[in-house]
Amino acid sequence: MAEWFVAKSSEFKDGDRRIVTAGPREIGVFHKDGNYYAYSNICLHQGGPACEGMMINNVVDVIDKDRLYQGQTYGDEMHFVCPWHGYEYDLKTGECIGDRKQKLRKFEVVRRGDDIYVVA
Amino acid sequence: MDMPRNDVRPVELDIFATPKHLEHAAEQARKRNYQDFLIVDVDSHHYENEHYSEVFEYVESPVIRNELKEGAGRRTSVLNSQVGYQNTGGRIHRQKFRGKEKAKPGRHADIMLTLDWMDAMGVDYTCLFPTPMLFLGLHPQVEMEVAMCRAYNAWLCERILAPEPRIVSMLYLPFNDPEAAYRTVKDFGDKKGVVGFMVTSPRYKPVHDNAYVKTYALLEEMGKPISFHAAYSWEDRALQMTNRFISVHALGFMWFNMIHMTNWVINGLPVRFPKLKTMWIESGLTWAAGLMQRLDHSYMMRTSDAPLLKEKPSHYMQQMYYSTQPMEIPDDRSVMEATFKMINAKTQLVWSSDYQHWDFDLPSTIYDLPFLDETAKRNILGANAARLFGLDLKPVKKIP
Repeated sequence: MAEWFVAKSSEFKDGDRRIVTAGPREIGVFHKDGNYYAYSNICLHQGGPACEGMMINNVVDVIDKDRLYQGQTYGDEMHFVCPWHGYEYDLKTGECIGDRKQKLRKFEVVRRGDDIYVVA
Repeated sequence: MDMPRNDVRPVELDIFATPKHLEHAAEQARKRNYQDFLIVDVDSHHYENEHYSEVFEYVESPVIRNELKEGAGRRTSVLNSQVGYQNTGGRIHRQKFRGKEKAKPGRHADIMLTLDWMDAMGVDYTCLFPTPMLFLGLHPQVEMEVAMCRAYNAWLCERILAPEPRIVSMLYLPFNDPEAAYRTVKDFGDKKGVVGFMVTSPRYKPVHDNAYVKTYALLEEMGKPISFHAAYSWEDRALQMTNRFISVHALGFMWFNMIHMTNWVINGLPVRFPKLKTMWIESGLTWAAGLMQRLDHSYMMRTSDAPLLKEKPSHYMQQMYYSTQPMEIPDDRSVMEATFKMINAKTQLVWSSDYQHWDFDLPSTIYDLPFLDETAKRNILGANAARLFGLDLKPVKKIP
């Protein structure tokens, strides 16, 4: 395992992303709400750039206490979306939303002074 | 010694370029050695509405031409459309940002953009279809379907197919006017790059109507296949009950083709036109395997309803062609293998991307299947379609 440079933390703003070529691997590194997350940039579906699409909260069907449908809203779970076909992944776990048994490979992110690295 | 690469780049959502967007597809193409064999895409799309100003000039009727030109950009449209949100609320960002892409200069933009994605995927030839016009069979004015069909076909032949040999098409048939459909085959059947004719499936004319017989006979005589390109209609009485796009899309793209196929077989069209090649596009595969079983079961009890048939319905369906996309991939691959066997995939299945649409498939959807040998993969990805369309087997693509 080696540490691959991602960015200076001062230049890697909250909400930003970087795509890191780490030898043979392509890794998406996210900085969101004070945390760093890193996943393989190869979608589990057809190999699209999984980490390079839209980020959006989960959609929720609102069902009231009488089990009646009351419309839709956004929930608190942040997803990132493969731009090829719309496969969605949980930002905190890398789980594929349509089948949580499937996950993108997760990588550790470390900070050395002002430098952010991904371990791969 | 080469140092391992450590490049870093930001994600720029609003910058779109096809070669960049499909970089992973090109990597798949290189790793799987697609340069060594032919890949034919039997169903891809462009957005012809982006060139309507050119297409309208080909409309034969001066009155309709004027209506189309004057109607562009108005609150009500001369041409029909469909309710839908194919880009999944912006999640398929290709559809949102592709308008920012500038085609390389020198040739028609749709030739350049099409060749870009073809090379990235490893495709040698593609059969190009329109997009909004897939719904034109639902236009309330039959003469508008005829006018747009003839204008689009003439434009496509002259501006796209004639100058670019890697792009072919099965031309739109104005099926709501059987005489015009016949005339379309007569007038365009010998044009360069025309490898067949296509009926857009959402419509309400039964395929077994006697009015179509002379068109089928002409196609059979010319050796040109007829295809039925699926799409949905949220205005269909049954599909109106669905409330989400996933539902109308999943059902709609099977629905009309299931009806046309049933009418085609039960009315004995494969018996009456034994040499007419028939292709079913963009319904996936599971519908055909299911319908075969359903029709065979009923046929054994009701042969008097289909007296022209000499064999079970599945016998005729196994001789037709099926495009792959959107290819259902069940968790249990043995189910898929059985589907392939039922539709006689080794000779009858033809790969399609459906690019640039939201649910496109790459060649790897076929190439990576563990139950196919190398010959079967190459047949499905290219050789079957080359035989059907009369294309050369030599690869011509330039994978970046």
